[in-house]
Amino acid sequence: MSDLNKLTIAEARDLLRAGDVTSVALTEACLAVIESAGKLNAFVHHTPDLALERAKAADARIAAGDAPAMCGIPVGIKDLFCTAGVASQAASGILEGFKPEYESTVSAQLRDAGAVMLGKLNMDEFAMGSSNESSVYGNAVNPWKVDARDLTPGGSSGGSAAAVAADLCLAATGTDTGGSIRQPAAFTGTVGIKPTYGRCSRWGIVAFASSLDQAGPMTKTVRDAAIMLEAMCGHDPKDSTSADLPVPDLEAMLTGDIRGTKIGIPREYRMDGTPAEIEALWAKGAEMLRDAGAEIVDISLPHTKYALPAYYVIAPAEASSNLARYDGVRYGHRATLGPGDGITQMYEKTRAEGFGPEVQRRVMIGTYVLSAGFYDAYYNRARKVRTLIKRDFEQAFAAGIDAILTPATPSSAFGLGEIAEADPVQMYLNDVFTVTVNLAGLPGIAVPAGLDAQGLPLGLQLIGRPWEEGPLLRTAHVLETAAGFVSKPSKWW
Amino acid sequence: MSEIDLDTARKVAHLARIAVPDENLPALAQELSQMLTFMEQLNEVDVEGVEPMTSVTPMRLKRRADGVTDGNMQAKILSNAPDAREGFFAVPKVVE
Repeated sequence: MSDLNKLTIAEARDLLRAGDVTSVALTEACLAVIESAGKLNAFVHHTPDLALERAKAADARIAAGDAPAMCGIPVGIKDLFCTAGVASQAASGILEGFKPEYESTVSAQLRDAGAVMLGKLNMDEFAMGSSNESSVYGNAVNPWKVDARDLTPGGSSGGSAAAVAADLCLAATGTDTGGSIRQPAAFTGTVGIKPTYGRCSRWGIVAFASSLDQAGPMTKTVRDAAIMLEAMCGHDPKDSTSADLPVPDLEAMLTGDIRGTKIGIPREYRMDGTPAEIEALWAKGAEMLRDAGAEIVDISLPHTKYALPAYYVIAPAEASSNLARYDGVRYGHRATLGPGDGITQMYEKTRAEGFGPEVQRRVMIGTYVLSAGFYDAYYNRARKVRTLIKRDFEQAFAAGIDAILTPATPSSAFGLGEIAEADPVQMYLNDVFTVTVNLAGLPGIAVPAGLDAQGLPLGLQLIGRPWEEGPLLRTAHVLETAAGFVSKPSKWW
Repeated sequence: MSEIDLDTARKVAHLARIAVPDENLPALAQELSQMLTFMEQLNEVDVEGVEPMTSVTPMRLKRRADGVTDGNMQAKILSNAPDAREGFFAVPKVVE
């Protein structure tokens, strides 16, 4: 069988269970294409020996008849996840050489379900970015290409998105603090879901903004997202915000029947400067859901425009606190000290050398908004606005809305280096449609829905009620089927 | 429009324990000012009587018995330290 790396999780699972393919064969196919995809810079730490060892174990397990859905499936793991004995750097210089003694809960659950880790994936440093340009490993590159330019795969889970879109793995883990799963999924024609805050344990995932961070799968199809998400989530006593709720059979909820579902179209997401083709795609998406029997309702989420500024207070504030742990003492990089340098110089030099410019910027702005005299004016005000943003969604759901349809991003993938380093705020606008979902703790999914005039993928986002990933995936599956997005990037790398 | 002056930028860098050379302070001050100006849109919102969010999902933190759950792994804890000696993390002299 050729092109095993191009299979979906569902296809591979069925072939594995039928004995028509082995995990070793799947894994070898992926390892071979990873080897020749250096130009994409998606995989930044390769673990072929470990992968083959796990693939053999998975084959034995399948032969013994004990095979959960993810058993034998080769996946990539974002560098933000701590993986035992394997470099885990959050794409930062400050964690150079760090090899955790422990495994994150999410990657451990995947491992225990029999999934095969192929290696670690590129990302923005500490997940801070929307273009994968802040990585210590250099840019990840989008497999989609329309001219001489290299395009961004989005960020922060850029390596995950590039790897899945280029069929280097069957699926990958991502994390999403303000859109870091959904925006790269939209930029690469793949599916990415951020579950409800508390669905996936954050234990062992390098923390960026703890009240916003969630892990989720990045896959080729909605069905695969359902299968992989189910394996990733569940209660974990090691994360105090992990929800002690049963995990439903998510794949079983993809019934294709969304008759009577109420889909909200929020008028505040019609923003100045959104390209006409994105507006048109959004309208088309609503029409597809209507044709499938859903009811389309115009709704208002009045505080939407304040989501980005609230996010850019809250996320850096939490980051400045979380990143205080990088002190050059317990792990990672320590600067070479000069004669007479004391412990303060050690901290200051270590952090100046180890953190890249965007991380430094966010740590400092976070420090400022938390500092005496500014805490109320910025941080507390942002937290109050966050309450209002969440209330907007609660009111929509209370009025009977089941899911909300929006564009996923304000543009298709842009060229690497095109958004000027000089204006960080310009880059932040990428998250305009996704960041509200993190602030409100809701599940959100990006589904590929079409190509723009240049031939680049565009995605739509569906936002669900808290804990209702199942119905959300069901609606996303209907949208995916109706949109019939089958394009793949042609291989140039 | 917020204006962060050089002294404030220097102070923030020090609070964040990030060494910023003097020649980079003007650029830093300008970036911080840009970001704060962006955040000031929040001043348009009427937040009178609104509670600041503490937890996005209403939940009571779980409790457990106050007992030792883990331990005895000194070597593992020190294994990633840039400088570990005699079972300790080593740092530059802290007290004179």
